[in-house]
Amino acid sequence: MLNWLRRPKYRSLQRREMPAGLWAKCPRCTNLIYRKELERNLKVCPKCAYHHRLPAIERLEITLDEDSFAEFDADLTSADPLKFEGYPQKLNEARQKTGRPEAVITGDGTIEGYRTVIGALDFHFMGGSMGSAVGEKVARAAEQARDRRLPLVIFSASGGARMQEGALSLMQLAKTSAAIGRLHDAGLPYLSVMCDPTTGGVTASFAFLGDVVLAEPGALIGFAGRRVIEQTIRRKLPDDFQTAEFCLKKGLLDMVVPRSEMRSTVARLLSFFGAPKVEAVSVEAPARTETPQVAESRSGGSAAEG
Amino acid sequence: MITSTPGPSSDLDRQLGDLEAEIERLRRLSREQSIDLAGEIATLDARAEDVRRKIYTNPTPWHVVQLARHPQRPRLLDLVASLFTDVIELHGDRLFRDDPAMLAALARFDGQPVVVIGHNKGKDTKENIARNFGMPYPEGYRKALRAMRVGEKFHYPVIAFVDTPGAFPGDEAEERGQAEAIARNIEEMSRLRTPVIVVITGEGGSGGALAIAVGDLTLMLQYAIYTVISPEGCAAILWHDASKAAQAAEALRLTAKDLQALEIVDEILPEPFGGAHRDPDAAVGAVRAALQRHLPALRETPVEALLERRYAKFRTLGAVETAKI
Ligand SMILES: [Zn+2]
Repeated sequence: MLNWLRRPKYRSLQRREMPAGLWAKCPRCTNLIYRKELERNLKVCPKCAYHHRLPAIERLEITLDEDSFAEFDADLTSADPLKFEGYPQKLNEARQKTGRPEAVITGDGTIEGYRTVIGALDFHFMGGSMGSAVGEKVARAAEQARDRRLPLVIFSASGGARMQEGALSLMQLAKTSAAIGRLHDAGLPYLSVMCDPTTGGVTASFAFLGDVVLAEPGALIGFAGRRVIEQTIRRKLPDDFQTAEFCLKKGLLDMVVPRSEMRSTVARLLSFFGAPKVEAVSVEAPARTETPQVAESRSGGSAAEG
Repeated sequence: MITSTPGPSSDLDRQLGDLEAEIERLRRLSREQSIDLAGEIATLDARAEDVRRKIYTNPTPWHVVQLARHPQRPRLLDLVASLFTDVIELHGDRLFRDDPAMLAALARFDGQPVVVIGHNKGKDTKENIARNFGMPYPEGYRKALRAMRVGEKFHYPVIAFVDTPGAFPGDEAEERGQAEAIARNIEEMSRLRTPVIVVITGEGGSGGALAIAVGDLTLMLQYAIYTVISPEGCAAILWHDASKAAQAAEALRLTAKDLQALEIVDEILPEPFGGAHRDPDAAVGAVRAALQRHLPALRETPVEALLERRYAKFRTLGAVETAKI
């Protein structure tokens, strides 16, 4: 999958294989799509433009310049502070499923040569829920960006707070928002991209605090869930309620950007905000075999190994 | 008082439920058939009170939830009337409307100016419908932020009273950006250049509570709760069974004692035996004493030191470890 991209050299970014099968069924238009074609199209349905959900790792692969990524805090994970029944098992299942210790990947890298700190949440890991580790990693990423005078870009995909961590997970809203506040105070750019779905606590914290807030087409974005709203107001909601396009119309977002244009759009914004640029990095998206290594001292990185 | 509740309950809850049902039956009987059962009723009342006493002595988390939501629990307006003088209410977010679920006011505490914000739950159905049961719309959070800005400008401390089931799950609240409004408040409070004291008085329901609960000091009444999700919601999601709310209340660690152990709450304010509604003056007195104890030092702390400490307070919350995979 995405085999026109070279595999990132970092062990932490190595991905598990896609499930077997040559054909994938589009959940929206139900057409059968040749899997290779779907992948070549960044997992956007060629028939109906449905944007399939991406694991965090694939998000970073299609966004960053090849080989430019160095991960921060790769081994950090939530403990089980409440001794919540069944939580360690759920964490283990999610780790088995995703091959990742937690629901967010953070690090630094370049996008079309622009240096940035970046994070991507993984909806496939316990619904991208924000527990202590997700909050900690996002806060550390914001602090890294501030300390090193770099921009911050976060791709969100999350069902909200992780209730198995009780009020501590609620406190991650405060922790991340406070760290973003310091980044803003330091005059550094923060771009937030909401992917399908971004709901609950993540929207009520860092996801809506970007200087520019972007979203992918069709992404579900909202605080409360559709079902509970319908039960409360005793009315059926319109089909497009809480879609990215709906939110754009309501004035909640700056732009809805198709996946094929997201990388160049983010790069353009980084350029506008004066992000530092690394010399001699190829800026062409797919053909990136010539991309040199960006040698940096990574004070926040922990598991980047060659 | 604690009343019997649906779902699995302790032996004491069952005993209390049976006694209450029996008392109710005898009252009806006495009314409908004009029989004098006062003696029998009084005996049962005494026994019910005895069971309640046992429950209050060591309330389960689910009992605490009942106390936090008790209809007679002192409300924001009771607290404001007792604690402050010279109260001048502020209205509106200047953008959409005035949200009655959120109060914002200028006031004096022991003669000194402060800014008061808080969730404005009602005491009866009529009040609660008017104030949306203390669940703000985005304009409520934005009104609170506007008032906090006034406090910041004059370096008046902000005192925030938290008592809400949570943010309002309504279409208009979503369309007007309640997630953004909550996020904005959290961010702005984390760096508001004036002291902020948070007092959780009843229900601290998730994002709707946190939207006014980032401060230098988090105080919590003994039988208040503070949680990321309602016990009913948690039970419904995790176990597909809302009647397991008592179990979820236990698992979520939402009582003041639990939250102090998790370092989310700095200080627990004692309530009278059986809950604040049994002696509201005593509960308000505990809040007053705490404010008197903490405000002078906070007023004198230089803003930069205050902000460093506030940042560190929230920055350190959470429990992480290094993965074993
Ligand atoms: Zn399709």
